[in-house]
Amino acid sequence: MPPPPTAGSERAVPPRAGDRVIETQGLTKAYRGGQLAVDRLDLAVPRGSVFGFLGPNGSGKTTTIRMLMGLIEPTAGSARVLGATMPGAGRRVLPRVGALIEGPALYGFLSGRDNLLRFDAADPTADPRTRAERVGRALERVGLAAAAGKKARAYSLGMKQRLGLASALLQPRELLVLDEPTNGLDPQGMREIRALVRELAADGTTVFLSSHLLDEVEQVCTHAAVMARGRLIIQGTVADLSATVLGSRGSGRLTVTTPDPADAVRVLKEQGVTDLRVTDDRVSGELPTTAGPDGQEPWELSDLNAALVHAGVRVRGFGAERPSLEDVFVHLTGEGFDVAG
Amino acid sequence: MSQAEVSGAGTPGAGAAPRRPGPLWSLGLLRSEIGMTFRRWRTLALLAVLAGVPILVGIAVKIETGDGGPAGHGGGDGGPAFLSQVTNNGLFLVFTSLAVTLPFFLPMAIGVIAGDSLAGEANAGTLRYLLVAPAGRTRLLLVKYATTLAFCLVATLVVALSALAVGALLFPLGDVTLLSGTSIPFGEGLLRALAIACVVALSLMGVAAVGLFISTLTNSGIAAMATTVGLLITVQILDTIPQLQAIQPYLFPHYWLSFADLLRDPVYWDGLQKNIGLQALYAVVFGSAAWARFTTRDVTA
Repeated sequence: MPPPPTAGSERAVPPRAGDRVIETQGLTKAYRGGQLAVDRLDLAVPRGSVFGFLGPNGSGKTTTIRMLMGLIEPTAGSARVLGATMPGAGRRVLPRVGALIEGPALYGFLSGRDNLLRFDAADPTADPRTRAERVGRALERVGLAAAAGKKARAYSLGMKQRLGLASALLQPRELLVLDEPTNGLDPQGMREIRALVRELAADGTTVFLSSHLLDEVEQVCTHAAVMARGRLIIQGTVADLSATVLGSRGSGRLTVTTPDPADAVRVLKEQGVTDLRVTDDRVSGELPTTAGPDGQEPWELSDLNAALVHAGVRVRGFGAERPSLEDVFVHLTGEGFDVAG
Repeated sequence: MSQAEVSGAGTPGAGAAPRRPGPLWSLGLLRSEIGMTFRRWRTLALLAVLAGVPILVGIAVKIETGDGGPAGHGGGDGGPAFLSQVTNNGLFLVFTSLAVTLPFFLPMAIGVIAGDSLAGEANAGTLRYLLVAPAGRTRLLLVKYATTLAFCLVATLVVALSALAVGALLFPLGDVTLLSGTSIPFGEGLLRALAIACVVALSLMGVAAVGLFISTLTNSGIAAMATTVGLLITVQILDTIPQLQAIQPYLFPHYWLSFADLLRDPVYWDGLQKNIGLQALYAVVFGSAAWARFTTRDVTA
């Protein structure tokens, strides 16, 4: 489905003030020397969402997550998690939150299972009678049951990542905070983790997922926020974010490969395609801006193709590019995504 | 087990709502911590080294006295004149070994365990996962200190038991002649040995607290261990410089060897009380400092 168009709002309206799992106001962290790692962050994560937290390395994502988890004290502003102020309410809030922060950290001299037993023992609300059973289930859920007895230092990065995820899943959680959960995983592992995230979200768990992989966020998230250099640039539903770009950049570019470029240009111009350019046998142009009142595009891409064929243009290739989150990011920050802040 | 009982009484069938922690839940974490500490090869190696000291001392004494003469007329560097008694009574090897290990070997081992306690977790990154579990900073600190104290006791007992075994193997056992000249039966001698081991373990409370505090200052386990051990050596040297007599009563190792007073009849309590009081003072001061630091610091590791 194409994202519904909205008037080019620079900042998407935050979700209704009803049920927010994470809410920060003016959250700021200055490190020694005065450099702002996080600068007046107003984040609102609605309950039940899969929230993608995007930004290049060094943009302040992990610092934000550490503040949300009560590991570091904000310099200014406040952070509320599950309705209570952090870090003060950590004892009440954190048992209901599963977290994977800045990669897994394990006791290399303990087996995978013993690592989980250890982390579970640190949770005051974890019932020791069901500990072994819950650990076993978490291991199975991340596909580590077979390697549970191996010493963690012999684990590959992907296995460590899975074990870290397992420790976030030791108890039923209301909120999962996953910092770069697919880091170090092979493509198959990434697919499995994404499937797991979708499954958890379907069970009603809110997932807060930080990532520098745009397509990952695009694939699994319902909402997203983009950070750069410590500041929140935009937040909203993934659809709204794409629409922001749509509004300012049109609905995407069309590329036609044909031995009759001149005819193609004429036909496409008639159909409302603008900014037409010809290079050898390729014709490209901006698709007409969508303007239907119900958010539907007034025409079908296939209509364009039909018109070309009808006019006797020999079409060898035909394709349209939709703006991706990557376009959104480049558009918003004016820089490549992998540039560190 | 006690935890299970406590929690069982608290909430039968915890559903979706988080279970109320039992009042003794910290014991679960403490048990996990102690189990983990004593499963590490490093801990076992430290204990093995400590167990080896009485064996070396015992064999050395045996060889030196092979001609039948009494050993170590000088009374030994360990302070009290235990060494000469070892050939007459193997039990004295316990006292000798504790006197030999207390100035350096034991506190160095404690320094390693205490220094690594929090800094090591920070270094491995596991600290953040314990804290978001959430273990609670104060509780984690208490658990770490309690574990270090448990190690103090175990380390001391390892030295004492190893010495007792070696002493029994190499030398005769029998009635114990106390430092004040009176004689007590062997059974009572054993009790006094146990009491001495406990006093020695308590003597290490101070250095354990210092190590814990240093451990809260850094994210490097090695740095914390090295600093603690370095500090110990410095303090031990300061304690021997006569010009520094004014500050020596406040140095944590100053009254360590007072444990020998338990071998008098009647027991001299003066030095023992000063020792325990000083250790408690160090535990309170450095424990508070560790708490103040650890509960407010940003965990960035």
